[in-house]
Amino acid sequence: MLKLDKKDTTLFLVVIAMTLLAPFIMNPFPTDSGLAQFNAGYPDLMQRFAIFGIFAIGFNILFGLTGYLSFGHAAFLGVGSYAAVWMFKLLSFNILPAIFLAVLVAAIFSLAIGFVCLRRSGIYFSILTLAFAQMSFAMAYSVLSNPSFNLTNGETGLQVYADDPQILKGSGPDATHLFGLEMRNTFTLDVGAWAFQFNLGFYICAMFLILAFYISLRIFRSPFGLILRAIKTNQTRLNFTGTNSRPYTLAAFVISGMYAGLAGGLMAAMDPLAGAERMQWTASGEVVLMTILGGAGTLLGPILGAGFIKYFENIFSKINDSVLQSWFSFMPDGLSDFFVSIVHPFVGKGWHLTLGLLFMLVVTFLPGGLVEGGQKIWSRLRNKDKDGGAKSTATTPAE
Amino acid sequence: MSKLIFNRRGLIKSTAAVGAGLAMPTIFSRNAWAYTNEPKGDTVTLGFNVPQTGPYADEGADELLAQKLAVEHLNGEGDGGCLNTFTSKALKGNGILGKKVAYVTGDTQTKSDAARASAKSMIEKDGAVMINGGSSSGVAVAVQGLCQEAGVIFMAGLTHANDTTGKDRKANGFRHFFNAYMSAAALAPVLEKEMGSDRRAYHLTADYNWGWTQQESIAASTEAMGWETVNNVLTPLASTDFSSYITPVLNSGADVLVLNHYGGNMVNSLSNAIQFDLLNKQVNGKDFKIVVPLYSELMAAGAGDNIKGVLGSMNYNWQLDNEGSKQFVKSFGEKYGKPPSNSAQTCYAQVLLYADACERAGTFNPCGVVEALEGFDFDGLGNGKTSYRKEDHQCFKDVLVVRGAENPTTAYDTLEIVEITPTEQVTYAPDHPLFGGPEATLGTCNSGA
Amino acid sequence: MDAFILQILNGLDKGSAYALIALGLTLIFGTLGVVNFAHGALFMIGAFVAVTMQKVLNLSTELVDPTKKDFLGNPLMVKTPYVENWFGESAGQFIINWSVPLSILAAIPIMLAIGFIMERGLIRHFYKRPHADQILVTFGLAIVLQEIVKAFFGANPIQTPAPDALNGVVNMGAWLNMSLSYPLWRIVYFCFAAIIIFGVFAFLQFTTFGMVVRAGMADRETVGLLGINIDKRFTIMFAIAASVAGLAGVMYAPINPPNYHWGMDFLVLSFVVVVVGGMGSLPGAVLAGFLLGILESFASTTWATTTIPGINQIIIYLVAIIILLTRPRGLMGRKGVMEE
Repeated sequence: MLKLDKKDTTLFLVVIAMTLLAPFIMNPFPTDSGLAQFNAGYPDLMQRFAIFGIFAIGFNILFGLTGYLSFGHAAFLGVGSYAAVWMFKLLSFNILPAIFLAVLVAAIFSLAIGFVCLRRSGIYFSILTLAFAQMSFAMAYSVLSNPSFNLTNGETGLQVYADDPQILKGSGPDATHLFGLEMRNTFTLDVGAWAFQFNLGFYICAMFLILAFYISLRIFRSPFGLILRAIKTNQTRLNFTGTNSRPYTLAAFVISGMYAGLAGGLMAAMDPLAGAERMQWTASGEVVLMTILGGAGTLLGPILGAGFIKYFENIFSKINDSVLQSWFSFMPDGLSDFFVSIVHPFVGKGWHLTLGLLFMLVVTFLPGGLVEGGQKIWSRLRNKDKDGGAKSTATTPAE
Repeated sequence: MSKLIFNRRGLIKSTAAVGAGLAMPTIFSRNAWAYTNEPKGDTVTLGFNVPQTGPYADEGADELLAQKLAVEHLNGEGDGGCLNTFTSKALKGNGILGKKVAYVTGDTQTKSDAARASAKSMIEKDGAVMINGGSSSGVAVAVQGLCQEAGVIFMAGLTHANDTTGKDRKANGFRHFFNAYMSAAALAPVLEKEMGSDRRAYHLTADYNWGWTQQESIAASTEAMGWETVNNVLTPLASTDFSSYITPVLNSGADVLVLNHYGGNMVNSLSNAIQFDLLNKQVNGKDFKIVVPLYSELMAAGAGDNIKGVLGSMNYNWQLDNEGSKQFVKSFGEKYGKPPSNSAQTCYAQVLLYADACERAGTFNPCGVVEALEGFDFDGLGNGKTSYRKEDHQCFKDVLVVRGAENPTTAYDTLEIVEITPTEQVTYAPDHPLFGGPEATLGTCNSGA
Repeated sequence: MDAFILQILNGLDKGSAYALIALGLTLIFGTLGVVNFAHGALFMIGAFVAVTMQKVLNLSTELVDPTKKDFLGNPLMVKTPYVENWFGESAGQFIINWSVPLSILAAIPIMLAIGFIMERGLIRHFYKRPHADQILVTFGLAIVLQEIVKAFFGANPIQTPAPDALNGVVNMGAWLNMSLSYPLWRIVYFCFAAIIIFGVFAFLQFTTFGMVVRAGMADRETVGLLGINIDKRFTIMFAIAASVAGLAGVMYAPINPPNYHWGMDFLVLSFVVVVVGGMGSLPGAVLAGFLLGILESFASTTWATTTIPGINQIIIYLVAIIILLTRPRGLMGRKGVMEE
């Protein structure tokens, strides 16, 4: 099916199922239970999972395949967002032209930056991309938002105002939409104690995620993908065979830049505001972390890593002391206070600490990221079942 | 939809139903509630969105303490705090409209993106009916826009840029804190009295939106009284060392340095200015002076001894001598062992104001709340007589001019109140050009229905 | 002319901090081949050693003074630092006043210990791992370290003043008939940085230990084959690099009040410095540090910002791009480093 072999087809179907059923999977706990704190099945976070999934998949095409570590990819995401919001401001709230322009602008931007940065490799390449991204951030945050030439609206973020031209808007909706269907539409399905939210915006993002995953799958399996891997393994040797690697790395760079632009465009489509912090080097660092945490060079890894980090940022940061108190309230007073004070530094405002510790643990013990962890568990389970049989299947990387 | 049938026909049917639901969302999703997150049970949830990580984390923590205290007082726990002094007597200490007040917290990270994400999760997941708090104008404007779209009330925390209730004002958004224009209007007469009307000012301005509006306002009001603005230098937000911006001041012929900085920028630029011994210089036969238009307690603590004698303005200070303030300082101080900061007071007051407006409107419907708050006059929350202006949802009240104390006795009285500038002096027209001019409108309130 | 010289001084001062951090970073990279993203955090920890020293010296006995009131109207607790009780008021105050220079004594063993623990406990398991893994794990460590500091000291900057005797300004241009008042502590900082830099170079150049380390930097395997325990020396080198960063932090604390985020603030900058100087080149790191410091100072003058608006925001990165495109391995880089 779709020119995929059997294993890839299975993987692709799993991804499709996971994405489409996300509103169920992310919402395992009844709404009124204490564990509802851990539910992630609300539209905004699910959209973010999908969007950052796309971002990380794209980044993985560059980093996972060629080994070029870019510290500036957030700039392309930011540029995409700005382009999309400008389309909202000038044309209408329809998301298609916005996303189209976002990808296009990100492609041009990444072509220009990639052309310059790819003249160097290794850490020099990383620092070059970092420098370009930080310059873009600094310009967007202040210089390009001065009153006479306001391209980015600075710290507040670019947004749509009532007096913007919006020449194609007519009587169309006042929120981002796809031919009249508003992104914020949410259909809530009450099943017993559960409330599952189906959000149109999320499903748009999910469609793009599936498409993005499919393209990445095809790239991984193509001759082009093979050359990219060869670049990672030994660029010098590749050059000796008469292959000029530059066009290939540049193509990978632009493709991943377009993925970032798509993610940026989708972010603006879900929430029509583009902030400059999206371009900061820490945002670029975040996608590096997502990819490596999930498993660089694997197909599924980046999506898992993106989900993992976004889950932390949004769920752990909201656990405050009163929530903790309610968890441990079944214990006697002294004991519950003791547990609250132990857990306290790691949640709520301390979520950075937990994240940092987890990075260190994952990188130290699972160099292949979460995917490797999953494989280890899986192979152990299988070995237990089949008594050490089927070893050959257990060791093939499940990309 | 309580029964799920798992055969092929049933699946087709429910798929069709989901499809129809997506196609006709207004019928399915909007009818359940009369307005966004209408509280159905016996509790009502408020969302407290403050910076918990990043450079303003301490300020956020202080805001959070104040908001928790407000929830306690609303639910009739503790000593009741400002419910005793508040001029509106609608609140009874039994929650809001008989519903117990619960709250959720989120981390803005002082980034507009993260702040919107956390506000969204409170609205979409936790069912918050209002969002309160924050520590920067960029965040305030971003979250205010979000709340307008989502149909909940937003009450900004510490936000000082004119735009929040200027060109970016929104019907669902309210600001208790003062703004850059008010700072300038309050400072100018004091500056004239202390330094004379013949001064040459050198501005260092943080290079982003808040810095610019602040600089614009200060320059306008000081020039109106005869000062000359020698230079305005924009400094990058990421600057840590300001020495290269300070040294040119000495040779510019200026005799006043205005630092339009906030937070870490202000702490560093002021410390550097003191290192270069500016305050002991004589220029044009006058003593050199430094002005920091916006002060906060935490910045004062960070700058330590360097703030001695430096003038600035504040929204509130715990040393204010009125009934509401004394009551609030007592409640806060006895619970947390330190006096409240001015952003804490703003967040506390706003929770009470919101609750009171719901009581008076008899509903949590944002449009009802907006109506109850517009043009509302009150006293007893610490700032003295205050009113919410109908046209831009800005609070008008006295503004404090403060100075770094020469001989503080404790860690808490490092700032002393120089002057309480009366409301009339800091009032401006709603269509003032610094506030978006006549085009700026609130729009209409959105209840999400 | 005065303004010009003052900006050079500002640049040298900024550059001293950059150079010290970059020096340690290069030392670690050159000897161990590890990209250490936690190096900025070590600088920050150094500054917080000074903060802690100040807090420790200010540990106080509390006595109720019924004549004074606190903010709630209760009797005020008057604090008297223990050191004042022990050494008398004037001597006690003198010690507190000199807390920053004193904390250098504490910082050296503390930073050496931290460096030692870091290398033995974490870094050495990453010698053979890809640079991306090293970056990630040290980045995680940097986050953990800064969050721990934040948990203890809060997010607000903490003022750590220099001793009164070293505060204030001196007129350096008096004998040149120019007015060049410059803060005394900043001059002290520059001299301090110069001493440390010369110290490190001398150590590497003139001691047997340094010779072995330099040999190890050039060809680790061969040195190992000669039967020299290079690993042990590298551990010591890491500890030394950590204490260079730490001392830079201690001395920087009076210039700007430290906050927990310093590590990240200086990290990107110091990496740019190292790369511009050339990975693995110690003189390159020092040169690039001072160069970028001076350029940054000049970019923030009114003349520069009116010519090209916003130049002060991007100068560092612009210079980095130009240098890397014209000189592929930075100013003084060696071939083949970090290009695999």
